[in-house]
This record gives sequence, structure tokens and C-alpha cells, in this order.
Amino acid sequence: MNMIQAINSAIDICMGRDDEIVVLGEDVGFFGGVFKATEGLQAKYGKTRVFDTPITECGIIGVAVGMATYGLRPVPEIQFADYIYPALDQLVSEAARLRYRSAGEYTAPITVRTPFGGGIFGGQTHSQSPEGIFTHVAGLKTVIPSNPYDAKGLLIAAIEDNDPVIFFEPKRIYNGPFDGHYDRPVQPWSKFPESAVPEGYYRVELGKARIVRPGDDVTILAYGTMVHVAQGVVADAGIDAEIIDLRTLVPLDLETIAKSVKKTGRCVVVHEATKTSGFGAELSALVQEHCFHHLEAPVQRVTGWDTPYPHSLEWAYFPGPVRLGEALKRVMQD
Amino acid sequence: MTGRNLPPLSLHVPEPRFRPGDAVDFADFDMPVAGAVARPEIGTAPAEMRDHSYAMVRVLDDQGHAQGPWDPRLAPETLLKMLRHMALVRAYDERLYRAQRQGKTSFYMKCTGEEATSIAAAHALDYDDMCFPSYRQQGLLIAREWPLVDMMNQVFSNKGDRLKGRQMPIMYSARQANFFSISGNLATQYPQAVGWAMASAARGDTRISAVWCGEGSTAEGDFHSALTFAAVYRAPVILNVINNQWAISSFSGFAGAEATTFAARAVGYGIAGLRVDGNDALAVYAATQWAADRARGNHGPTLIEHFTYRAEGHSTSDDPTKYRSAEESTNWPLGDPIARLKQHVIALGIWDEERHAAMDREVAELCKAAQRESEALGTLHDGLKQPFDSMFEDVFEEMPWHLKEQSQQMRDERKAAGI
Ligand SMILES: Cc1ncc(C[n+]2csc(CCOP(=O)(O)OP(=O)(O)O)c2C)c(N)n1
Repeated sequence: MNMIQAINSAIDICMGRDDEIVVLGEDVGFFGGVFKATEGLQAKYGKTRVFDTPITECGIIGVAVGMATYGLRPVPEIQFADYIYPALDQLVSEAARLRYRSAGEYTAPITVRTPFGGGIFGGQTHSQSPEGIFTHVAGLKTVIPSNPYDAKGLLIAAIEDNDPVIFFEPKRIYNGPFDGHYDRPVQPWSKFPESAVPEGYYRVELGKARIVRPGDDVTILAYGTMVHVAQGVVADAGIDAEIIDLRTLVPLDLETIAKSVKKTGRCVVVHEATKTSGFGAELSALVQEHCFHHLEAPVQRVTGWDTPYPHSLEWAYFPGPVRLGEALKRVMQD
Repeated sequence: MTGRNLPPLSLHVPEPRFRPGDAVDFADFDMPVAGAVARPEIGTAPAEMRDHSYAMVRVLDDQGHAQGPWDPRLAPETLLKMLRHMALVRAYDERLYRAQRQGKTSFYMKCTGEEATSIAAAHALDYDDMCFPSYRQQGLLIAREWPLVDMMNQVFSNKGDRLKGRQMPIMYSARQANFFSISGNLATQYPQAVGWAMASAARGDTRISAVWCGEGSTAEGDFHSALTFAAVYRAPVILNVINNQWAISSFSGFAGAEATTFAARAVGYGIAGLRVDGNDALAVYAATQWAADRARGNHGPTLIEHFTYRAEGHSTSDDPTKYRSAEESTNWPLGDPIARLKQHVIALGIWDEERHAAMDREVAELCKAAQRESEALGTLHDGLKQPFDSMFEDVFEEMPWHLKEQSQQMRDERKAAGI
């Protein structure tokens, strides 16, 4: 399975097990979503469980919160993460805080799925990585898979979770892994072990990172597409790096991170979002708080620039192999 | 542009008719006649109901007689119960307003003059219909006979506050009363109520939902998203707009009232719209009942504009004498909702001044007793009564490590500081 199929399978399985689960969003019904993540679900589960919505993101999330209040478990799709901003208030002030403000009387167990990230020539309105905004909000969980196996298991866990979850899908690797060299094609997932996705039910627990590659020299903290970029760079440069795929940003698996950095003494954080106040800042601060005496070099951040995502220059924006390679060199020199 | 011989454009900025110090004159207020508006069948297509968005449903005339097709013909017990609930809301507001002035809580909001819009509506709904209130619908809880003490505990953020002292006063939540947790962000409850109604419909349930917001809040995007959803899916929801003429210091013109009515918002969405006299409990009851029947019959949503007046300040933090004429509330042409219902039941011969005075004393006593009971559990300022640890609860279903760590840190800090 590729990642889209894995996501589709996760929703399908959850809907089959629990008829409280409903899917809503722009074009998700008959058409199956612009990326086809919900294909076939309406035919299988009917129009009252999988349905198209008007183009109003605050409406989609607001309605989902209301449905959750009724007792359903909505899985709304925001067509591109760039369009989540109109829904921000419903996510931040409502979904995230409903349990808290009502002292548990009301909850909003919704899982908001949304494709994010660049590398598809989407310009500044189809490429953003807004995960840092949501990790800053108390009460939301933030999940980002990097491969089909995790995508399915994490999505099932997210849908079954009783808290509101934002599930960011790295669209650049929907169809296959990608090492960050823009002139190299995306390889189909079928060539990789992570595409061996079981047909049936399984979960990948939220809050547990994955060691993608063990190593002794430096710890690379990555998620989503950047996991593949890191793998490519490490393989090319022959560095004995430990690559950690965070999988969930909130809750974060600090234990795995700290253990790794204490072993390697070096840490590079990589993400596609802009640098200033990005999640990389949080990661570097945590590493500094927990591993300071083990560090042999300052923590490096490899990120997108603090500019909007440009259309024609997107590969110069993308924190690809060159930028990551330079950071690894810097951190290894110290 | 140069060389174009055109007059300069000018920007229209709305201005209310009366400002502080002005004598108010409602002589030109086009007083709609009670009983004049037709009562359509509940299945009527929204397109055929256009006029109802511009007219005003009124049942009680100036003498307190019920007139016309919207007269809900309520049993005497129901009328008297509504009257009592309205009096109780007013007494409750009076008590807590004073408690705020005495420094026992940080904030309070009255609904004086608007009691009918929530009490009569609640009486026309079923108890298990779900309410998504704004902050001025304490009447819903009162009409559902929710314990006053519990409401006061919330206002005082005391030990008995089920919401653990997290919400500002008056931001109630009462799941058992089918009363949604109130948000401080205006209009967010609108799409939520529609979603609840959609879920109920999708499930083949029979319960409907109702939602309230102020006329000022209709300018929020959430309001319009909600109307789109409600229309598209024919959601069984009653969309109430309480037009009390003022949004803090901004008059209704800033939400578009100069150009149209708020009920007419429904027209563009293909929703049934009703405009009612919000100070006429019978009109509010009748409109709500009509809308509820319509929703239950799968005929879709109804938007009801309740035309009323906010007789007091926006909240205890507001001084309305700074921006509007003091005469507005006393001269309000549609009168006071309690006085009007009282006049009606007296005219019916089922009530009199003596009983009314006795009832006023009785509800005041009830509130006083409830306040005593609630204050025994503390008020906001005589010591923070909530356990400090509770701050970290309910952020997530299970407390993640970083919150456990922060809660431990707080405990350690307090211990080290000797508190
Ligand atoms: C999103 C948002 N913006 C602004 C405010 C501040 N605010 C609180 S009440 C209010 C006026 C609301 O007026 P209206 O909707 O007419 O209701 P009313 O108070 O008259 O009942 C404003 C601006 C808020 N609470 N939420």
C-alpha cells in the first residue's frame, strides 16, 4: 500500500468497527477527496456517514465539534493544511479546550486530517507546514506519519483517541519515499518494506517515536518527509547518524530523544516549517534542558526559511540534502 | 483619475438615533399590530415565507390580550410557570449583580428585559432538545429547573463549582440539562449546534437543537458558515438571534440593521425566517414551537430574530450611560416582557397583583437562600478554593508526561515557597 491507501484503509477499518465515525470535508464523498484518501467510503458507508461539505473550514470543524458533542466521532478533512487557518478558532478555542472548560462534561474526539508540506509546486497556499501552531495549543494532539505502515497505525490510534487530534499527512510522500533531491523521482512505496501494510486492524501508539536507523555520531530528529531526506543524506555521506522519526509531536517521546542524544552527544533537528518559533525551537530547547552535559556541539536546526513558500523557487526553500548536509558537517566539526 | 469631474465618494458610518442626554422619541416606531401576521403551515417553503422575515409576530396586544393565529393557547399552569421562571431569572440576576458589586465575584451579566427570549423558548422545546446558548441565556437553565446553587457555585468559582473554577462567571455548562458549555468566543456555538442537529438527523434521532447568539455576533464568520450548513443539510435546528439593539457600545447598525432585519439573513440561505416580538412571551413560545415542529417534521431549520432590548448594561464591566440615552430602556415601545405576561394572566383572571407581589418575594427569598448555600462553599475572593492540581486535569483524557512534570514542578515550587 502507498500512504493514501493506508490512510483509506485506516478510516475504512475504523468506520467498520464503530458506526459513530463519520467523515466530512470538501469533496470527500462521491469523489473520494482530491488526494483520494476517502475513495470508496461513501459507497460503502452511505451519505450520512461520509459526506461533502460547503467550503467553510470554520464550519467543517465547528460542525464536527457539534457532532462530537452529540456522540459521534467525526474525522473531518481539511483539503490542504494551508486552509486550516479559517478553522483555527474552532480548533484552538473550542475543540482543544472543550474538555477543560466543561471539566470533562463535553469532549471533542475529532481527528482532523490534512495534507501538508511542499515539494509539489503548490506555491505559498498549498505547501505550508503549520504544525508548530497546533503544538503550541494545550489540548490538541499532533501526529505526523512518515510511511504507510505508520500512517495506518497512527491514524487508527488517532481516531480511537478521545482527544482532538490533528493528523498531518506529508503529501510529498503519499506515493513513495523521497530523499529530497528534486531531480530524483519519487520511488513507489511498493519497493519499500514500510509498504507492507496489514489489511486488518493494528495501532501504532501515539507518543512513541521510532528509531529509523541506529547510529553513534549524531542524532537527527525528523518527521514526515524529512525522515526520508535525512535517510538519504546519511546514506550518501556515510555518517553514523541515529535518525529518529518523532511520529507524534504532542505527546512527544522525549525519553527516546534524550536517550539518543545522551549517547551521540550531537543533535540536528530538521523540519520543513519556517524556522522562527517552529517546532525545532521546542526540540532544541528540550534537548538543551535534558542533555546539556552530554552535548559536544550546539544543537542545529535545519528548516524552511522564514519566508512564505515560493512557487518557482520551492527547491531552494525546501530544507533538502544540501542544507542538512551542511548542518551535519557543522555539528560533527565541533 | 485626474480630470474626472466626479463628486468625492463618502463613507457611511452608522450612528445610533439617540446618544446620552438625548430625549428619545419612538413615535415613528412602526408598531406591528398583534395578531396580524399569518401563521404558515410548518412545511411551508422558505421562499414563500419571505415576508415573515420583515414583519413581526406579536400575540399580546396593548391590553394584554392574546390575538391572532400565533396565540399558542397555553394552559394557565404553563403561563404562570413561565411568568414565575421569568421573575426568578430577574431575581437571580439582581442577586448576583449585587454579589459582584460586593466583590464576591469578578463579573456578571444580566439578561434584564430579555427574559422571554430564553424562558418561553425553553418551555416550547423538549427537555432533551440540545441547547447551545450564548452568555445571556441563563433563562434556559432556570426554565429547566437546574439548581440555582449549582449556577451560583459556577459564578463564585467556589468549591462546589463543577467546572473547577476554570470558566468566567456565567459561562455555565450542564450536560444533564442538555445545555452546552458556553464559549467566550462569540458565535462559535452556531456551527456546533448545526453539527449536533445534523448528527441527530443522521442517526434518525428525534431530538433537535437550538442555538442563541446576539445580533452583533451575526457578523462573525461562524454564523454564516452555520447557516450554510443548516440550509444545505436541512438540519433540525432553531437558530435564534437575540436582537437586543446593542453589542456592548455598538448599536445594531454595525451588524447591518440599517439595511435589513436579522431574520432576513435567512432569506439568502433559503432558510425559513421569523421575526418576533422578543418581549412577548407568547410570541416567542409560538415561534419556537412552530420552528421545533418544523424541524421535527424534517422541514429544516428556522432562523428566529427576537426583537428585544437590553435594558441594563452589557455586563458589570459596562456603563451604558456612556453611550446611549438613559430613556431608551424605559421608553422601549415593546415594553417589559414580565409586565406584559403579568398583564395577560391578570386579564385572563388567573392572576392578580397580590399573588404577583407574593411571588416576587418568594423568588427573591429562593435566590437569597441559594446564595447563602453557595457562599458557604466560598466565593471567588475569600481564598482560592480549587485544588491547585486540578489546573492540569482535563487538558487531555490522560495526563501526558509534560503536564505531570509541570504539575510536579508547581507543587515543588509551592512547597519551597512555604505555601
Ligand atoms: C470572537 C469575539 N470577539 C469579541 C468578543 C468581545 N465581546 C464580548 S460580548 C461582545 C458584544 C456582543 O454583542 P451581541 O452579539 O449583540 O450580544 P449581546 O451582548 O448584546 O447579548 C463583544 C464584542 C468576544 N467575546 N468574542
